[in-house]
Amino acid sequence: MKQEITLKKQHSGFAFFKQIASIVKSKFEKDAVSKSLKKTAITIVSILLFLGLWHLGSKALYNKEAAYRIEKALEEQGPAAADAERACIASGESRCQPNTLPSPTQVWASFMSLIADHHLIQAKKDAFNLKMESTNAKLIAQGKKAIVYTGRASFIDIVLTSIKTVFAGFLLALIIAVPIGVIIGLSPSLRSAFNWFIQIFKPVSPVVWYLLVFMIVKTLYIGASSDNAFVISFVSVGLCAMWATLVNTAMGVSSVDKDYINVAKVLKLGTFQKVFKVILPSSLPLIFTGLRITLSVAWMVLIAIELLAQSPGLGLFVWEEFQNGANDSNAKIIVAMFVIGIIGFLLDRLMLTIQQMVSFNKNEGI
Amino acid sequence: MAYLELKNVCKTYGQGNNSTEVLSNINLKIEEGEFVAIVGFTGSGKTTLVNLINGLIKPTSGEVLFKGEPVVGTSHKRGVIFQNYSLLPWLTVYQNVAMAVKEAFPKESKTEIKERVVSFIKMVGLSHAIDKRPKELSGGMRQRVSVARALAMKPEMIIMDEPLGALDALTRGNLQDEILNIWSKDKRTALLITNDVDEGIYMADRIIPLKPGPKATLGPEFIIDIERPRDKTKLNDNINYIETRNKIIAYLMAIGESRKSVSNTEYVLPDATPKSFVGQF
Ligand SMILES: Nc1ncnc2c1ncn2[C@@H]1O[C@H](COP(=O)(O)OP(=O)(O)O)[C@@H](O)[C@H]1O
Ligand SMILES: [Mg+2]
Repeated sequence: MKQEITLKKQHSGFAFFKQIASIVKSKFEKDAVSKSLKKTAITIVSILLFLGLWHLGSKALYNKEAAYRIEKALEEQGPAAADAERACIASGESRCQPNTLPSPTQVWASFMSLIADHHLIQAKKDAFNLKMESTNAKLIAQGKKAIVYTGRASFIDIVLTSIKTVFAGFLLALIIAVPIGVIIGLSPSLRSAFNWFIQIFKPVSPVVWYLLVFMIVKTLYIGASSDNAFVISFVSVGLCAMWATLVNTAMGVSSVDKDYINVAKVLKLGTFQKVFKVILPSSLPLIFTGLRITLSVAWMVLIAIELLAQSPGLGLFVWEEFQNGANDSNAKIIVAMFVIGIIGFLLDRLMLTIQQMVSFNKNEGI
Repeated sequence: MAYLELKNVCKTYGQGNNSTEVLSNINLKIEEGEFVAIVGFTGSGKTTLVNLINGLIKPTSGEVLFKGEPVVGTSHKRGVIFQNYSLLPWLTVYQNVAMAVKEAFPKESKTEIKERVVSFIKMVGLSHAIDKRPKELSGGMRQRVSVARALAMKPEMIIMDEPLGALDALTRGNLQDEILNIWSKDKRTALLITNDVDEGIYMADRIIPLKPGPKATLGPEFIIDIERPRDKTKLNDNINYIETRNKIIAYLMAIGESRKSVSNTEYVLPDATPKSFVGQF
């Protein structure tokens, strides 16, 4: 009985604190909410401003090209042809539209059509798979390869290919650069031995990496029927992007705080323990800084390398649309540009979050 | 044979023209179970001396003998509490202490190690923070972890390099008592480096000043003849305490003066003895 009373008392006291806490919290939240509202408003305004300027710019370019076409028709074929040209442009017929920077609405329409196209292709693929289900089951039972859909890739497939390539390249960079960086970082003599190598290969352009990888992979894959565009592009991306991780890892490992090393010595940690329990954890923040740079470099060079390697990703998509010169090609290129930018931004955010999770302030333990 | 003995130890950093002799002709003997304090000015070479004793660095000339054997490298027999707490920031309190215990007692089972770690964290009063990382702890708490880490290895001798220098006065007093408590329980040999004379007098059996560098040497020792356990609040009434304190401070001021004006070999000792404000507020 007595216990119950004290319990209740505690409860009411607790409730009182809770109330205060919630009042304080709501006040803080109000502040935070109004701040974030303001931030959002500013972002929205700047986006609208950007779209407006873009719209005006593309309109001016459109008018300029239209005027030039009418002028040209007038000079070459006389006033009747000029009138016909003017009417044709005004009618919006795709045959005689000026081919210039697309407006925001055109880009949006292109984006929607790419998505619709994706659904269409997806439906075809599903139908194909359904039809081939029994045949494929038989083929597999006989130990043969199943027949897969080989139609045109949709925009989403293209984006996924690019993402797959960039992650494969990133993993390759990680697997090569981190261990080598650790080994170089641990030994000053190896560091000076490798220095010239790093200095020379770091600034090499993605195109050259591609050619190098192409020479090697082509020979390795001689006779193999499978397409090696994917292998070539992810290996080139990895080799091109790994240098930041290599340099940062070596730097992190070689500049571990003296205090931590002293702790390792006083505790008499073995070499293995010293590396894995002290040196590596203390260089993790720098390693992840390097990995973040590597991922953004990988994404940036990916476009050029996919183009060269004819790998069915965004790079090739952009190039083919440019070559294609269809009416909405320019709009599709701009769509690809935004998709590339947004994915790059998201990848960087992802790495930043991981980086913040593993980083610590040097003075935290001191 | 002394427990720890330094014979004509010199330490020079750098080479050729850039070299500075930080410590010169250090002679020191510490007996088993003794609590010795070394006081000195900042930059006089106290940390260098500590690192020579714990084996992190080698003397340029002279010998450091621990139980009659020359010191080669670090040893689990000599526990160190660093000047900056030197905890590993990516490990929790438990993990920081456990890392040391695992190294010191490689043959113990997992449960034994766990018990040992938990008991030492409890001893320094941090059971509630056992799973926190150093950044979530105050300076005093971090130093407690550092104390627990050093003591959990059950060293025969404990070496403390200005362990409480960065703490506020209240926390400092508390930790002094805790360290004394632990030390008196199994009377391990202790060497305390400090820049605070009062701390030295309160804690140690002997105080030895380290003269300012470069070429720092040890000054004459001062025996603290006050029986333990010492009561901080009554120290100011202890005639022995006041006398010893005044002698040490006068000595330190004198060598401090001599450092400022090396050319002026003649110096006047101040007439007035410093007034103590300890315990008056
Ligand atoms: N690794 C080192 N290399 C060169 N000089 C050093 C090194 N460590 C300490 N010193 C110098 O030795 C002197 C004493 O340093 P230290 O032992 O840290 O003094 P204290 O701990 O008493 O403040 C200082 O002048 C410092 O600059
Ligand atoms: Mg020091």
